[in-house]
Amino acid sequence: MLGFVIQRLLQAAVVMAVMSAVVFVGVYAIGNPIEIIIPPEATQEIREATIKRFGLDLPLWEQYFIFVTNLLQGDFGRSFIYNVPVLELIAGRLPATLELVLISVVTATLLGVGLGVYAGYRPDSWIARGIMAISVLGFSVPSFWVGLILILIFAVNLGWLPAGGRGEVVSILGVNWSFLTPDGLSHIFLPALNLAFFKLAMMIRLARAGTREIMLTDTIKFARAAGIPERQILLQHLLKLISIPIITVFGLELGSTLAFAVVTETIFSWPGVGKLIIDSITVLDRPVMVAYLILTALLFVLINLTVDLVFAVIDPRIRARGA
Amino acid sequence: MTAVLEVRDLRTEFNTRAGVIRAVDGVSFTLNRGEILGLVGESGSGKSVTGFSLLGLVDQPGRISGGSIRLNGTELVGLPESELRDRRGREIAMIFQDPIATLNPLLTIRKQMMMAVAAHSRMTAKAAEARCIEVLQRVGIPDPVARIKGYPHEFSGGMRQRVAIAIALLHDPAVIVADEPTTALDVSIQAQILHEMRSLAAETGTAMIWISHDLATVSSLAKRLLVMYAGKVVEEGATATVLRDPRHPYTRGLITSLPAIASPGEDLLQIPGTTPSFLSLPPGCPFAPRCDFVESSCEKMPEITLENERMWRCHHPLGLSGAER
Repeated sequence: MLGFVIQRLLQAAVVMAVMSAVVFVGVYAIGNPIEIIIPPEATQEIREATIKRFGLDLPLWEQYFIFVTNLLQGDFGRSFIYNVPVLELIAGRLPATLELVLISVVTATLLGVGLGVYAGYRPDSWIARGIMAISVLGFSVPSFWVGLILILIFAVNLGWLPAGGRGEVVSILGVNWSFLTPDGLSHIFLPALNLAFFKLAMMIRLARAGTREIMLTDTIKFARAAGIPERQILLQHLLKLISIPIITVFGLELGSTLAFAVVTETIFSWPGVGKLIIDSITVLDRPVMVAYLILTALLFVLINLTVDLVFAVIDPRIRARGA
Repeated sequence: MTAVLEVRDLRTEFNTRAGVIRAVDGVSFTLNRGEILGLVGESGSGKSVTGFSLLGLVDQPGRISGGSIRLNGTELVGLPESELRDRRGREIAMIFQDPIATLNPLLTIRKQMMMAVAAHSRMTAKAAEARCIEVLQRVGIPDPVARIKGYPHEFSGGMRQRVAIAIALLHDPAVIVADEPTTALDVSIQAQILHEMRSLAAETGTAMIWISHDLATVSSLAKRLLVMYAGKVVEEGATATVLRDPRHPYTRGLITSLPAIASPGEDLLQIPGTTPSFLSLPPGCPFAPRCDFVESSCEKMPEITLENERMWRCHHPLGLSGAER
């Protein structure tokens, strides 16, 4: 098991090294930030001093070398625009995204698996058909449109919920959280619903397909022949047997939503990292973009590693192979 | 001899879009305490569906449409699901063909056995585990105290099937339905398991219905044979008698296609044609299109003939004086 973890960590290191180079070159190729940072009326001296200060006069490989050296010391550099350490900037925005994404992905998974198992268990019932209709809707309706409609109905017409912002926050260990106050919860509700909709649809499909497949296997027939109650068959046998694909997708969704909740955060003016990265791209704030993308890669590597470890916990055959 | 299971005119139907499939069509038999009954036929003859019907576990869209199943004197047909559930595993159990597919690969043997114990009796975890170990010992698992903590993949195919048999035996059921339980195993393991099942049946008084397409296996185990074709029993009788002197041409076809019958180097005899589709059965004898002895009378469904503790369903039974062919 330990060997497996070490092997995966080494793989992760290679992935991160390649990723840092690709990201650095890619961001460099997008465009030169000088024209945005320096006002047009600035003198030639100020211009040159600024270029020198940001190290933009150096050749690409040298810039990369400096960047990596700093990175290894935990320094992601300073934002061109805000002139604060990038890490601080991202850390300030991360809790907002984290709470929004965790609430929506976890809710979507719990609800989606429950509904999907039901739909797979009683595929011909009217309730199951209703559930599948919801999932088709969740798949086919674009997320931004759902967001706008939610605002239109619940914020504009009914006036029940706020249309944007984080609302009242409480500070715990120096980090601000919305979901702990009633006002914050009312603010988080619509964007979380918006984010959760597509994931709910996907979880329903996955759980339903898994359930339909597993319920026909001899494992279930044998359990029934032993007189084991249906409730136990569902909870002990079925949920475990369908869990592998669900955990895989949960991990992927968690990562991609954390990194790219951009649309929802923009529509609901949610001050998370998604909004930060969009703003940084428009002003070509290179350090923020690079740091963000590298942290995203790191996030995926960590999530994949965790997912693999969870597999090993669930499935003894994987444990046996990794030992 | 006391009858533990009496099946009368059992009918199981599947309502499909293409039509009604009568997978079990008027099957009757009686099973006595400790008896092993062989149920043979080609694939698709309705033997497995018969087995599942006995436990009330027919898959959708199938349903038992008529007849009677009396288990220890209780009528099972029409019993609510909760009552059936209560009897499954306790009074009637089932084991399947592929032991790799029947056990859950993600749960320990202990967990799976404890669930089966808990389904029917309230006892302390300690007592339940002791019971599991006792039964594992009985089916020939070496070192059950340690092995019970293992997962299915740590067992060989034969050992897995033994675990499945142990689960079926946990509550000493009156009847075990064994649906081709040795087909997926090596021949040597097969022989061991057959031998053990026979002594288990004798020791515990558990009766068995041994479903198989393999006449050779069944005949070494079962005292009586039931031959099924297209959902119907076409012949029944004592195994030795049926093998020596079959009445139904289909039974004879099964016997002559056994490898042991043919001389070395000779081609195996086959029954011509394949099992008919349940949707396009001929109006008369379902075996008529494949039968060597077909006559015009075969266009009508033959009635059951009972004689000397054996039964057959044929217009032109073999081996009878005057009809000798």
